[in-house]
Amino acid sequence: MEYLKAFITGGIICIIGQILIDKTKLTSARILVLFVVAGCILGGLGIYEYIYNFGGSGATVPLTGFGYLLSKGVIEEVDKIGFLGAFTGGLKASAGGISIAVLFSLLAAIIFKPKEK
Amino acid sequence: MDTSESKKKEYQKSVKNLSPNSPIIKNCIWAFFSGGAICTFGQILNNYFKSLSFGEDNTALLVNIVLIGMSAVLTGFGLYSKMGKHCGAGTIVPITGFANSMVSPSIEFKTQGFILGLGAKMFTVAGPVIVYGITTSIIVGIAHYFLAG
Repeated sequence: MEYLKAFITGGIICIIGQILIDKTKLTSARILVLFVVAGCILGGLGIYEYIYNFGGSGATVPLTGFGYLLSKGVIEEVDKIGFLGAFTGGLKASAGGISIAVLFSLLAAIIFKPKEK
Repeated sequence: MDTSESKKKEYQKSVKNLSPNSPIIKNCIWAFFSGGAICTFGQILNNYFKSLSFGEDNTALLVNIVLIGMSAVLTGFGLYSKMGKHCGAGTIVPITGFANSMVSPSIEFKTQGFILGLGAKMFTVAGPVIVYGITTSIIVGIAHYFLAG
């Protein structure tokens, strides 16, 4: 059941992305930006929490989940250290993911050769 | 009614012929199943790491490490872009797509040098995502401070 919920939640979020691609001709970069910002705002408003409680990884694996992580981190940090937490909480919470992505990108670029297109 | 229906079909056919991307319904189905599958895989990883009694934060990080790592390898072999041709948003929207958007230009532009090629082009998509993500999170943090604090 948990897996089905994750499947459906993640699938629906991807359908929203697909509709945006097909209907608005937004580039994938714009869609990713939009999804992160949307996830962050929904997280800040406390709405994404419900999506997460229902969908689990279906809510955290899409990029909206990255935005949610940012909002969760920043809110926790503000609660902990006050106003200045607004400037550190987001990056702190997402530091692991960003670092890993940078490291793997670098490693992949060293290991793999560019493909002919 | 009939004529409008047939006209509609004709129009759809011509659109189909004009645009190489197949119709939206088909794209959405692909996006739903591929995106759903990636998320389900994330859930499986999540439950696995949780069963090894990692904490919630560590579990989330480990799931990301595996997903990003897999995306990097698939991108390196040129398989991720092949999947993307069918799956569309299903492979763009998940974190694996974000990783792909960093790994792919890194590999492609390393021939232009490790600093301004690889190092800079890595953030062609990830840069804007991080810029606007962080900015939004700061706004959310400030709003939370004044409204909930």
